[in-house]
Amino acid sequence: MDSLARSQRGEKLAQVVMWSSAALVSAVFLWMLSDLVTNGLGRVSWEFLTSSPSDSGRAGGIGPIVVSTLLIVSVAMVVAIPIGVGTAVYLAEFTSTESLLGRLVRRSLDVLAGVPSIVFGLFGSAFFCKTLGLGFSILSGGLTLACMVLPILIRSVEVGFREIPDHYRLSAAALGLSRTSTLLHLLLPAAAPGLAVGLVLGIGRAAAETAALIFTSGYVDRTPESVLDSGRALSVHIFDLSMNVPGGTPNAYAAALVLLGLLLLINGAASGLAHRWLGRNIATL
Amino acid sequence: MSRFRVDEGLLWSLRGVAFLAGTIVVFVVAFVGWEASAALRSVGLSRFVTDPSWYPSEGLYSVLPMLVGTVLVTAGAVLTATPLGIMAAIFCNHYAPAFVARPYRRMIELMSGIPSVVYGFWGLVTLVPLIAQVEPPGTSLLAGIMILTVMILPTVTLFADSSIGRVSEEYTRGAAALGLTRWATVCHVVLPAARPGIVAGVFLATARAIGETMAVLMVCGNVVKTPGSLFDPVRTLTANIALEMAYAMGDHRSALFVTGLVLFLLIVALVWGAELAGEGRARG
Repeated sequence: MDSLARSQRGEKLAQVVMWSSAALVSAVFLWMLSDLVTNGLGRVSWEFLTSSPSDSGRAGGIGPIVVSTLLIVSVAMVVAIPIGVGTAVYLAEFTSTESLLGRLVRRSLDVLAGVPSIVFGLFGSAFFCKTLGLGFSILSGGLTLACMVLPILIRSVEVGFREIPDHYRLSAAALGLSRTSTLLHLLLPAAAPGLAVGLVLGIGRAAAETAALIFTSGYVDRTPESVLDSGRALSVHIFDLSMNVPGGTPNAYAAALVLLGLLLLINGAASGLAHRWLGRNIATL
Repeated sequence: MSRFRVDEGLLWSLRGVAFLAGTIVVFVVAFVGWEASAALRSVGLSRFVTDPSWYPSEGLYSVLPMLVGTVLVTAGAVLTATPLGIMAAIFCNHYAPAFVARPYRRMIELMSGIPSVVYGFWGLVTLVPLIAQVEPPGTSLLAGIMILTVMILPTVTLFADSSIGRVSEEYTRGAAALGLTRWATVCHVVLPAARPGIVAGVFLATARAIGETMAVLMVCGNVVKTPGSLFDPVRTLTANIALEMAYAMGDHRSALFVTGLVLFLLIVALVWGAELAGEGRARG
């Protein structure tokens, strides 16, 4: 009878601990969110999003920084999408899981997914900036990010292709379609959900990145005239304002809120799409 | 193999693209290694741990204080995030009603997508002043551990959650039929069955913590000194690279690439460990 009472007490205790740990985690998240919203929202306006920063960013807006961020992310995606989709198609449709090239590519992408962003930064600065002579530029930053987002892009697109039922391929073969036209007219449209999820996740990953950009795309906060100019990403702007500019905190709040809002939107869309279309959780890991 | 000429062309171009994607990691290692080789030749690997301190301008290259910083921040964060994350996953699967579990899961997913610079900024403007009230300067090992805990918590939770969710219902029903309490079921039936996935998640979270740069750079204070207490500032290997790459030249620059290479190898080992742990899941 004693042991019954004890195990009931234990059960109660476990319940309390579980609910309070969940409450703690939610509280931290809400604390952060509300802190950023209350301190940042007052400054975010159309004016702030479009005007140039002045006084090292203490005053003015983030117009040129938004332009640079969009350019860096676009360069990254324009380079990553053809390579990523091609690789995913190869892995999902044209090779068995046992083939040598398939295994090597998969293994190397797993390692690439684990490489810390600062090491990508070192690589980008040695390869794109120095060896290829692109210097501190939006192109260098975008190319570095392209390498970084490839693994997550490939993984999602591959899942999209594997979700397509086999009778699509069999019917196409029975109709005498070439594999190329099967791919272009049948499989690519059917894999659109996976493509969309991969694309959105890749954009989210690229937009969130800071460490890989500090010494590849640089700090210049003017509007870039071409992709060979240096441009400051939004994340780098937040870092610079909060660490190197005394009195930059109010504008850093606003910039952080803009970036956070953007990413919650992007990642929310990605996970919504993944749950709905792929019926599984690729997660933003 | 195929009757169509165009298919041959497609296959070869896809092979080419896949090969290119596969070689990126080789490029990363090659270029970081190449830049590191100058310091490895002129300074030598042993001096990175035997030199009295890190004063690159005077040719002293001991990375020990930074290595200790990285190990302490990571260990602190992993030790806090692991129990919290596992509890959050148990909560989602066995304690929370569905209308709580769904939004809770969604919230954790959103947390995993918040950029590290935003975590770092929030830590700098909220946590650091709070810690400074207890003991200045506030930028400290403790602040780094707290921010990193929040950052890697989603990784631990999401892995544990999917692993616990996959534990067969037969097990939990069997446990219920035997009259086990919910807590006893979780402890003695669910967790042992879900262990491989949970361990894999912890490995990956550790890798993430070691590689994290911005958040620790912003809240840790970055003083090159082995910390004596939780309230002392520390500098991690990643923060060191971010701080000094901008102006480093010659051997100093090359030495930073050596630390980058070490980080890379550490993380490859952890990802590999996660994979081995996860294989247990596939068998079990």
